Amino acid sequence: MAELVQLLFAGLTTGAVYALVALGFTLIFQASEVVNFAQGEFVMLGGMVTVFAYQAGLPLPLAALLAVLVAVATGVLLHRLAIEPAKGATVVTLIIVTIGASILIRGLAQLVFDKQFHALPAFSGDAPLRLLGAAILPQSLWVLGGAAAIVFGLWLFMERTLLGKAVRATAANRLAAELVGIDTRLVLALAFAVSAAIGAVGGILVTPITLTSYAVGTLLALKGFAAAMLGGIGNPVGAVAGGLLLGLLEAFAAGWISSTYKDGVAFLVILLVLFALPHGLLGRRAVERV
Amino acid sequence: MPPEPLLRVQGLRCGYGRIEAVKGVDLEVAEGEIVALVGANGAGKTTLLRAISGVLPITAGAIRFAGEPVETMRPHERVARGIVQVPEGRQLFGPLTVLDNLRLGAFRRGRARTEENLERVFSLFPQLAERRDTAAGALSGGQQQMCAIGRALMAEPKLLLLDEPSMGLAPFLVEQILETVARLRREGVTVLLVEQNAVAALSLADRGYVLETGRIAHSGTGRDLLGDPAVREAYLGV
Ligand SMILES: Nc1ncnc2c1ncn2[C@@H]1O[C@H](COP(=O)(O)OP(=O)(O)O)[C@@H](O)[C@H]1O
Ligand SMILES: [Mg+2]
Repeated sequence: MAELVQLLFAGLTTGAVYALVALGFTLIFQASEVVNFAQGEFVMLGGMVTVFAYQAGLPLPLAALLAVLVAVATGVLLHRLAIEPAKGATVVTLIIVTIGASILIRGLAQLVFDKQFHALPAFSGDAPLRLLGAAILPQSLWVLGGAAAIVFGLWLFMERTLLGKAVRATAANRLAAELVGIDTRLVLALAFAVSAAIGAVGGILVTPITLTSYAVGTLLALKGFAAAMLGGIGNPVGAVAGGLLLGLLEAFAAGWISSTYKDGVAFLVILLVLFALPHGLLGRRAVERV
Repeated sequence: MPPEPLLRVQGLRCGYGRIEAVKGVDLEVAEGEIVALVGANGAGKTTLLRAISGVLPITAGAIRFAGEPVETMRPHERVARGIVQVPEGRQLFGPLTVLDNLRLGAFRRGRARTEENLERVFSLFPQLAERRDTAAGALSGGQQQMCAIGRALMAEPKLLLLDEPSMGLAPFLVEQILETVARLRREGVTVLLVEQNAVAALSLADRGYVLETGRIAHSGTGRDLLGDPAVREAYLGV
């Protein structure tokens, strides 16, 4: 029982981060049909900028805020300098553009920061909480709570505000969105900005547990992509479900089989989804179109 | 000198890649007019409307609206000035509700008038009021067209561009839509109407243009065009 709860929490905690990355994928994909493989770099920037700003003497909340701003600026620049000029290019070209961007961001991060692993102090101490015999890190609760707050906030934005509805409208029918006077270029920039912020917050929350370095983005992008595929790419509920499920699969694979196979799970999932469930668990169609 | 028309299109050229679909069109719509644009399938009517709305770039020519050049403006800036289009095939936001579709129509207008305009749309199309919480994609064809027109009205158009509003509708619905167009004009909206149903469109319109493979082949009052033997033979099937 204790082991089960332990693995469950470990899985949900990493799964929450995958869910945030997958949510970022989904948001950008919905608004623009761009599969943004630079999504993992936002998570990296969230962690790394916080670490270095904190080491430079900023209080942790300010360091975190700065990190989110840096990630958002990066997201907006990525849209402005790489995606917007490539408007009308094929999906594959755009994927290559985002992969190129992620390599560039990683390279710059290595120059600006360093190649070491870095930690942040846990937000409310390291003393584990006891639950059914398992030891739960308080930071895990920060990750889960933070992810839940982001998902809820994003839902409120998309469902309850006119601007959020404009994002959904752009996703549903870009031509019609332009004809009602929505500045779709701005909507796409907004999607990149919000995705970047979501990723960065994920990176900040999880760094006290997993540590971070300039290079963590690559694997996170792949796993977030696997999670998004699992949930049916373009479906925000599916993205969250896919992220949590992938985190759980990894944790149980590591706990019950061998931790050697942990990272392999995501790739296995990508392959299985591609062959067996091309629309994901929750997706009927890849994109909603009228 | 007569006052400048609300819309003046001069020497407009545009197309898709190397295919030129509109090959130098001159067209005017005066304030308060209904102008019909008719022509065979593939003549370039939709392409011309896209260019006027700014969702398709033009390669040559000028578009003036209310005395101001608009051809370099982005689509949302043109909507803000009052050029609003009901596109071919409705193009609703399918997963969003009818109410959300209508509210998004008012994206460039103040919140203050949105509720008032909603009431106006619902009084024009009572069926939409009943189905306000339905996903637009689940409406019947006629209701979808009402929703598309209603969405455009929410933007408070000065010039309404209607692209084949009666396409695919049952005859009684076609009549209802065309009646709505006439009513909108009485309320002060200027209309550029593209129709397959050329007889109905020209009967309703003050003036008309016949587009033929990207060029204006005939123009005149609705009555003159309906009476022109060349037009009758080629486009009215009589
Ligand atoms: N998206 C497109 N890509 C390439 N060619 C197009 C596209 N849309 C229309 N065309 C071509 O442009 C010409 C004019 O089309 P269109 O403006 O739709 O005509 P209409 O609305 O009068 O039926 C046609 O030859 C059509 O095949
Ligand atoms: Mg057409």
